[in-house]
Amino acid sequence: MHADPKGILTGVHFLDGDHACCEGTLAAGARFAAGYPITPSTEVVERFAARIPTVGGLFIQMEDELAASIAIQGAVWGGAKAFTVTSGPGFSLMMEHIGYAAITETPCVFVNVQRGGPSTGLPTLPAQADMMQARWGSHGDYGIIALCPNSPQECFDLTITGFNLSEEFRVPVMMMLDECVGHMTEKVIIPEADAIDVTPRRYTKRTPQEFRLFEPQADQVPDMVRAGEGYRFHVTGLTHDERGYPSMNVETQDRLVRRLQDKLKPMANGRALCDTADLDDAEVVVVSYGITSRVAQRAIKLARQQGVRAGKFRLISAWPFPAGRIAALAGRIKAFVVPELNLGQMVTEVERATAGRCKVVPVSHAGGSVHNPDVILKAIVEAAR
Amino acid sequence: MNEATLEIPCEIPAGARNPVEPFLRMDRMPHIWCPGCGIGTTVNCFTRALLGSKANLDKVAIVSGIGCTGRVAGYAALDSFHTTHGRAIPFATGLKLSNPELQVVVYSGDGDLFAIGGNHFIHAARRNMDLKVICVNNLTYAMTGGQTGPATPTQVISATAPYGVFEPSFNLVQLAEAAGATYVARWTTYHVKQLSRSMEEVLAKKGFCFIEVLSPCPTLYQRRNKMGDGLDAMKFYKQVSKIRNGAPTSECALTKAGEIVVGKFVDRDRPDYLELLRAQMTETLGDRYVEPEVVCSC
Repeated sequence: MHADPKGILTGVHFLDGDHACCEGTLAAGARFAAGYPITPSTEVVERFAARIPTVGGLFIQMEDELAASIAIQGAVWGGAKAFTVTSGPGFSLMMEHIGYAAITETPCVFVNVQRGGPSTGLPTLPAQADMMQARWGSHGDYGIIALCPNSPQECFDLTITGFNLSEEFRVPVMMMLDECVGHMTEKVIIPEADAIDVTPRRYTKRTPQEFRLFEPQADQVPDMVRAGEGYRFHVTGLTHDERGYPSMNVETQDRLVRRLQDKLKPMANGRALCDTADLDDAEVVVVSYGITSRVAQRAIKLARQQGVRAGKFRLISAWPFPAGRIAALAGRIKAFVVPELNLGQMVTEVERATAGRCKVVPVSHAGGSVHNPDVILKAIVEAAR
Repeated sequence: MNEATLEIPCEIPAGARNPVEPFLRMDRMPHIWCPGCGIGTTVNCFTRALLGSKANLDKVAIVSGIGCTGRVAGYAALDSFHTTHGRAIPFATGLKLSNPELQVVVYSGDGDLFAIGGNHFIHAARRNMDLKVICVNNLTYAMTGGQTGPATPTQVISATAPYGVFEPSFNLVQLAEAAGATYVARWTTYHVKQLSRSMEEVLAKKGFCFIEVLSPCPTLYQRRNKMGDGLDAMKFYKQVSKIRNGAPTSECALTKAGEIVVGKFVDRDRPDYLELLRAQMTETLGDRYVEPEVVCSC
């Protein structure tokens, strides 16, 4: 369905990534946000706090990230589309409720504007070192979707995509910005409301008597209800059966936990969001995401000028990881080069998908700035030898 | 107490039904609570309060944290949420704000609400969030085996204080009042009539309301401290409780064997969070302010 025009600032703007992300939440239909201040992400909710009272919604600044990350889930079960925003240390605190959203299949969005870590680290400087945490940070087996915008325009567009995917698959979606993307200011075009697709919540059409809260539909995702509609449903973070009742046995655990991962399979394969170029003749493919993909773009161009056939594979959806597409390339290229602002996170996924069929060259960086493109270029040229 | 009066003939006539059944998920019975535990008694009182309040049960939601009392949400035939440890209140905050027509009840234990969840409790009270918080205080972490909690009195033996608790405990009713609760009461599971009445009162009252219910844990707390069984707990409550409505909460601290002051201590009116929000936004934004419509149309 089309977006609700209330709150959509149609037009051409000059926005930073954090503000563009905020506009994306409004366009996606979010009318509830809870947050706790943390650099470099706070601008997202600062703008939301300024905008939402004239749109018709609520922002509440909670007492900590634990509270913010569960308040949004209360709001979702009350019927809202909701999100929270944070950065590294706050993201660590939110892990508990990423797990809760995963097991209760609560559609919601976590925006993480990454900064240098571990711990307090580099509050004002970029990194991409939360990528594994986004995937694996909460205990237990589950799946999530993580999207990596590389521009303010994508912060707007992909935030809408993130909300839509969270509703379709009923998973927490991580918007994995970084300090550079969050704070860079560029042109952002916000379309008319009727040009924006919004995925409605998958509310059941069944009566309370027929409805089972966690009964998977054909796509393995259960339909939903909201509080106050007479369904008298039960939601628990315990392992639960299709009625939503706790069930402490191996069979229920196996069925539930496998489904939490399996329901995301379409996103790992056919529907993975990837931005590729020059792959047809490539001998070296640069796999990158977020701000690093913009630096890599320069390195790829320079490599081509030097006669090295370099190609681009940008992860827009980093999780689920598009292993099949990486594997398909591995058989016919010499090497993957994987620059990232961490000491080697997504590169391990590339290695896993490649399974030894070509070289995989990490170009690590501990964070605090972006790569020098010459470093990536050097890695591409050496990998092509 | 005359022991003879306790021999209740239990011939249940065929077809008889317990009047609280419509409020419970009978398909989940039997519950997990131990013999002599008081949580079931509080739930019984809660169902009576719901009955008395004539609330539309489709519009009542119950939110629990983790622990023995955290299981209450799972037995209530309402929209019910069993959340994470300590986080029932912030979950309930989001639920209430997104859907203000819901009556949101938080039902959890002393450890959940006042140790891991203590920060959320004081901030929700400060904001005067329109939540009804019922704290079953069994003075220990019972689900995990009877460890020291923030409400465990000094001198008590617990699983993690084998030589006796020496750190001071919270006085929950004083904390609630200081943080801004509009309604503060304490009862024990001996005071079932008064507890039901208090629960009914908070269901009709706006703002952050708090009821503490002292409840026995014969399996852990009482066994370790040689305090007998569930029945002994009732005798103890009867013997040491003193009803002092309006008592200053600062005089209501609990000790291991001393007096238990019970009653309604605070009943005051403050504008709640949503009223404050509306007033502020209307004053600063005038006609530009749009009433929250948080529930998504899609």
